[in-house]
Formats: sequence, C-alpha cells, structure tokens
Amino acid sequence: MAITFSLNGKSTTVEVDPQMPLLWVLRDTLNMTGTKFGCGMALCGACTVHIDGEAARSCITPISSVSGRKITTIEGLSADASHPVQMAWIEEDVPQCGYCQSGQIMSAVALLAKKPHPSDSDIDDAMSGNICRCGTYQRIRKAIHRAADLQASK
Amino acid sequence: MAQSVSTDRREFLKKSAASGAGLVIGLYLPGKYAALAGTAPTDATGVNAWVKIAPDDSVTLVIDKSEMGQGISTALTMILADELDLDWKKIRTEFAPAAPQYFNPIFGLQGTGGSCSVRGSWEPLAKAGAAAREMLITTAANRWGVEPGTCHTENNAVVNSASGKRLGYGALVEEASKLPVPVNPKVKEANNYKYIGKPTKRIDSLVKSNGKAEFGIDVRLPKMLHAVVARCPVFGGKVRSFDATKAKAVHGVKDVRLVSTGVAVIADNTWSAMEGRRMLEVSWDEGPNAKNSSEAIRKLYHQQAGQSGAIARKDGDADAALASAHKRVEASYEVPFLAHATMEPMNCTADVRADGCDIYAPTQFQTFSQMTGAKITGLKPEQVRIHTTYLGGGFGRRAEQDFITEAVELSKAMNAPVQVTWSREDDMQHDFYRPATYTTLTGGLDPDGWPVAWKCRVVGPSIMSRFFPGSVKNGLDSSSVEGIADSKYAFPNFLCEYVLTEPGVPVGFWRSVGNSQNGYITESFVDEMAKAGGKDPFEFRRRLLEKAPRHRGVLELAAEKAGWSKALPAGRYRGIAVVESFGSFVAEVAEISLDRKAGTVRVHKVVAAVDCGRFVNPETIRAQIEGAIVYGLTAALKGEITIANGRVEQGNFNDYDLLRIDEVPQVEVHIMESKDGPGGIGEPGTPPIAPAVCNAIFSATGKPVRRLPIRAADLA
Repeated sequence: MAITFSLNGKSTTVEVDPQMPLLWVLRDTLNMTGTKFGCGMALCGACTVHIDGEAARSCITPISSVSGRKITTIEGLSADASHPVQMAWIEEDVPQCGYCQSGQIMSAVALLAKKPHPSDSDIDDAMSGNICRCGTYQRIRKAIHRAADLQASK
Repeated sequence: MAQSVSTDRREFLKKSAASGAGLVIGLYLPGKYAALAGTAPTDATGVNAWVKIAPDDSVTLVIDKSEMGQGISTALTMILADELDLDWKKIRTEFAPAAPQYFNPIFGLQGTGGSCSVRGSWEPLAKAGAAAREMLITTAANRWGVEPGTCHTENNAVVNSASGKRLGYGALVEEASKLPVPVNPKVKEANNYKYIGKPTKRIDSLVKSNGKAEFGIDVRLPKMLHAVVARCPVFGGKVRSFDATKAKAVHGVKDVRLVSTGVAVIADNTWSAMEGRRMLEVSWDEGPNAKNSSEAIRKLYHQQAGQSGAIARKDGDADAALASAHKRVEASYEVPFLAHATMEPMNCTADVRADGCDIYAPTQFQTFSQMTGAKITGLKPEQVRIHTTYLGGGFGRRAEQDFITEAVELSKAMNAPVQVTWSREDDMQHDFYRPATYTTLTGGLDPDGWPVAWKCRVVGPSIMSRFFPGSVKNGLDSSSVEGIADSKYAFPNFLCEYVLTEPGVPVGFWRSVGNSQNGYITESFVDEMAKAGGKDPFEFRRRLLEKAPRHRGVLELAAEKAGWSKALPAGRYRGIAVVESFGSFVAEVAEISLDRKAGTVRVHKVVAAVDCGRFVNPETIRAQIEGAIVYGLTAALKGEITIANGRVEQGNFNDYDLLRIDEVPQVEVHIMESKDGPGGIGEPGTPPIAPAVCNAIFSATGKPVRRLPIRAADLA
C-alpha cells in the first residue's frame, strides 16, 4: 500500500505494510538511521520524531497513521548541526555513547517550541520519557537551558 | 618500553589505495606489538598505521579501542595530537581493523574493558607520536640542510625556528616513512602539553547530535537481510522442533533457519523479521535448568555459605580474634542479578563470502570476534575483517561473542549480508548478568570500638571460569572477591573465603564487575562496625586508612566538599563510601531524604572525589563519574533480574526500569591532581554509590540495608 507524507520538508511515498511502524520505515525502508530502536514499546524515547511538530514515539506509530502528515527526524533539524539545541548539546559535551541522543534532542526541541524558557519541572515532565543509560541527564538539563538562551538571543 | 627497530621491518611505508582525496600515506610504527605480532596483516586499504597523513596535512588517527561513550576516541586523539603538535581542526579518526599491532598490552589481545584503554595506550601511543614527529623533523631538516635541533613542529607542520620556513606533514611523510624509526623517541614533557590535562570537548559530539554516528544497528549494506532469533527462554535449553509455516507466510520474510542459539527468521526488513518470529512455532527442550528460580538460588547460596571456601585472603587469625572480641557484629548481604541494558540492543552484521568475511559490529573484543568469524567460516583470521562501529553502550556486555556468532552463521547460510537485531526482550532475557551473590560477615571490635577482626564468606558464581578459565586456580576467581578481599582498611586479623557456586544463570562482566557488589557490601558493613563501636563513619574510615594515603585523600576531599562536619537541615541524611577499583580511588557522599509513608528515598546530591592518577581529559573524568553514579544508583534503587521456571521474568523497561531525568541527583565531581600513574575511569565511579546511599539510609533509620535493590521496608 502506498503511503505519502512529508519527511523533513520533502514529499515521500513508501510502499509498505500499513501496520509497519514509522520507526522501521525510516530505518529500513528509507535507510535513515538517525532515529533509533531501543524498546519497541514507547518506554525509552530513542525513537522520538516530530509529527506535525509534536514529539511522537515512532516505534508504535503505524505508517498508515502518518499519511498526509508532516514528519521531522533528527536529520531534518539542520543541515549542519546549527539548530540551537544541537549547538547547546555540543557546547555542554552532552553525549557519551550517543545512542539515545537523537531522541533526547527531538524531545527537547519539541519542549522548547512549546516553552521557550522551561523550568526544571517542565524539563522533568517533557524529558522523563527519554532514557539515557550513560546517565548524561545533568548535562541534558544544562543544555536545554543553554539552548533556551541561544534561541532567545536569535 | 623502548621500541626496537628490527631490520626485517625496515619498510615502514605502506601506500594506501589512492582514494578520491589524493594519496594518503601511513606511518607504520612497530613497537611492543610487533613482538607479539609475528606477521602484520594489512587492512582493506593496505595500510597498517596509527597515523595517516594526507597531502593537505590533515591527519587521521587510528583508534584501536571501542568507543562506547567513555570518551577514549577523544583521549587517545589528545595524546597523539600533543606528540605531533596537531591542529585540532585538522584531525580525523577512524577505528582500527582487527590486527595484532593493535593488541592492548594489558590484555595481550585487541579489546576494550577493565577501564584500561588510556592506562594501556598512553605510553605506546605517545612514543609512536614522538617517533613520527622526529622522523618528520629529520626529513625537513635534511631538506633545508639544517640541524634537526633548529626545527620545531606546530599545526601539522615542521618549522625552522630561525628562518620561519615551513613544510607541512603532507609534503614530508613519504620521505619520512623511509627513515628508521627512532629507538627511544623523546615524548613531550607534561609542562608543554597543549591538550593533555586540559578540559577538551569530545570529538564525537557532533555526529552524536545530528544522527550521523553509525552504531552497529545502523550498518546498511547492499542486499542486506535482517534477522531476529528465537532463543529458548530457559538457560541451557535447546530447539526440539519448529514449524515455520506461519512465519514464512508473513510478508517480507525470506527464510527460517536453525542457528546455534535458536531459530532465526530472516526478512528484508527488521520489523517483518520480528512479525515473522511472532508466528514461529518452536518446541523447546528446556534442559536441566527448567525449574530454577530466584528462591532456589537463594536456598542454594544459603546452603553453600555453610561450606568453607577457597581462601582469598588471610591475615593473622580472625577466628581467634573474633572469639575474644569485646563486641561482634554479624550480617549477611544479598545482591540480585543485574542486566546491562545498553540502549542499543545487541546486534551484528556479517557478510560471509568464499574469499573473506566482513563483520560490522559494536564489539568490545575485536580479537575474539575475528576468531569467532574464522571458526565458523573456516577462513583464516586475516581473512576475517572486523569493522568496529560506535557502541550504544557496552558496560562489558559486548565483550561476548553470541551476537557475532549468530550473524556469521546466518550470512554463511544465506549467502548474503545479514544483520541480526535483538529486541529489548531478547537483550534483557539473554544477557550475561552481573552475578547475584550472598555474603556472610562477622566483625569484631575492641572495648574502644576499634576493629580487631573481619571475617567474610562470599558465595556466588565465577565469571572467569567461563571467560578466562586458566585464571581460576583452586576455586578462586579474583573477580568474585575484588572489592572485599583487597580492601585496605587496617584490620589486624582478616579472613575472606570464596565458595564458588553456579546458579544456572549466565554471568559476565558488568560495569565495575566484582567491585559493584563487593564495594557495596564492604562499605555497608564498615558502617555497621563503625556504628557498633560508636564511631562517626568518616572518622572510623579515616583512622583505618591511615596507611592508605590515596584512599584517605579522596575520602577527606569528598567529606570536606560535602560539608560532612556541618549539620544537615532536618530530614536530610548523609552516607559516605570509598572504593578503589581499576587503579583509581573514588569516594562519594550521598545526601538523601526519605518519604517513609510513601516508602521512597530521594537522592538529592552526590559529592564525589576521584584520584585517577595522571589523566588526559578532565572533562571525561567528570562525565564518567557522573554517568557511573547514575548507573550504580539505578541498580541500587531499581535493579533486579529475577528467575522463575528457569527463565528471566523481566523483559522491557516496564519491569526493569532505569532512572530517568527527574530521578537523578545533582552530582559534583572533584578531581585530585596527581603525578601517580594513570588509573582507569570508566568503571570506578559505580561501586561507591550504592553503599553511600545505603549508609545514608542507615543513618536515618538505624537499620542497615543488607539487600539490594532498596525496598520500601528498608525506609520505615
């Protein structure tokens, strides 16, 4: 079945089983591996993308449900890591193994779109769905505050 | 160790296959590894090197360790960048192929673990860089007709100090590589370091922030198939029979095959393989462990604790001292199995052909992966090429070869590249777990409350009996007693016994290994003894570590920075712990509060002091301690793998949850300046956190926490 949607600003059509989760369409059909598989049950956040600007877990999103919608992945945030959140992540030396960080960044971007100056409590709420096994949380929090400053100064 | 120039290795130049950007020439710098090597097989580009120099002077450094987040790609780059006076903006890195010259001198094979990447590589890498620098200077000096002593290096070039004339490394390397390698190159003095010792940002932050970092699970090859494997849920079980009819009917599924670990479903994408596996019907011969359970294991351990064991350490006569002690403290401690739970599940991609095999994997042990590939395919090791990707976490799990085995078997069977992906459930249920153990302890005190004896008996499995069998002699696996038998407290009489007991559950290296459970047990029991003798836990340790200055150093620093002597606000409690592991010393003070009604503990702040000797990147030291604390705290608060009917009960993050951003404490790290030899940093931050938190709870409730994870009942 052919399903068409906007992917990082470009119209994209795939011919796959309509139940196939968006995560696997991205990773295996389109070879866009920036979005990660961590649990398959929307418990870890590694698969986070934006659907019409909202953070969503692509591992439980059937591809049929995104027909006609706007998908943004980590690859679509910027051409050169110039998004304020990416810049803050690099400035604060956030990643360790890095596997969870695409999902962390996508969740952070969605948060800042809604709350340009999030409190620590806002950060807790928005980010507690994203697990980091390496334990970089302290730096994630700092980077979100930094990104908020960078965005405000633009 | 001095490098020697052997005459049959005079050809130091291997030209790489010319690739788009012009000829890249490698400097092959034999050293200690050459002696181990025998022959030096070339990699796919025909170059064996630590340093590759391009015509535009940019330098590619070959990283022989696995980058799993611990920052070694940055640290090793800093060492070479200092010796070669490199412009940080003109450095590239790539991961080394599997080859003998990349053997870790501490292991005698190519592998990353034991927090010894920097410890093992610092000196050889610095010497390799210094040798290359001297060869480049000599070449430039000859060309200019001046003495080498009149030249210096800066930003990938040799400069004649007097004339200011400059020759980039790219213009020099071909000629330089024909020179004999200096026997005793002069490495940089510490006061001249440009990079080493200074906070340096990770070189891989960019690719880990834009989705471009390639992990094992991200490898994509033309015509690659995807596979998942159904494995017997009971450890040691086997396939009796299977019916693939329904599985093969799933759209996208290509085949169903038996492999040594179970039954594989192969498809043209991961999801179809997983859907196919759901429809697969397998009958299992569950084997001898089918009735195993956590309760049965506990019973076995308790029984075994009545046996005498291998003596891990004996000083004086603990039994006699205990018999006549003024006061005795007795306790038994239990810890559960723990899963590694790397964020990237196990996976491997293999491409087996008649003339060779390429394995792409997030592996920690390249030599073993190469041997595994050779054994399965019948190819020679040199024909099995290992491409190490970034690792989405390792923690010791990726030292194992099970995921490598599956991919190689399947690629061979399917005559095509195959990527095997493990689901989260596969990963959680087919781990090599941190051992569950049971430990009995008796401490004796004199009338003034100071210790006269420590006696303990450790019951648990032996990792080394499987992984390095030759290292277990007379029933003593040192990894089972590290952190308890080797403690440095001044107990006049000390006895530690180990009763090797196999629980029917596979065990392996988990971040900090034996120190993870024994650090908790030792430091918790030290607090029990301190309390029994009416002593402050910090002062008690301080006196008993009088002759252990590095333990005492971090203990005092952590206590000072945590304000140990100052009163806490009402409802706040503190605990302290100090553990030496992997050559480094870490003390942690945890500050907590309890909600006794809800049965929860909140860790507000952890102050850590670390003495890891000389270090390369203080940013890495900080990040590793921060991360190791979260790893250990997760285990203390939540970690428990339980066994029922021979199988692991947990499967995903709903029943094996990990700490999230709203649950972690603020962590403050203080690094001691040191001229001592470098210690490790990947693991040492983990052992002290569980006891620091438990000791804080002990301080609040008067009841020691003798079993992990911490339960509501412990907080009442």
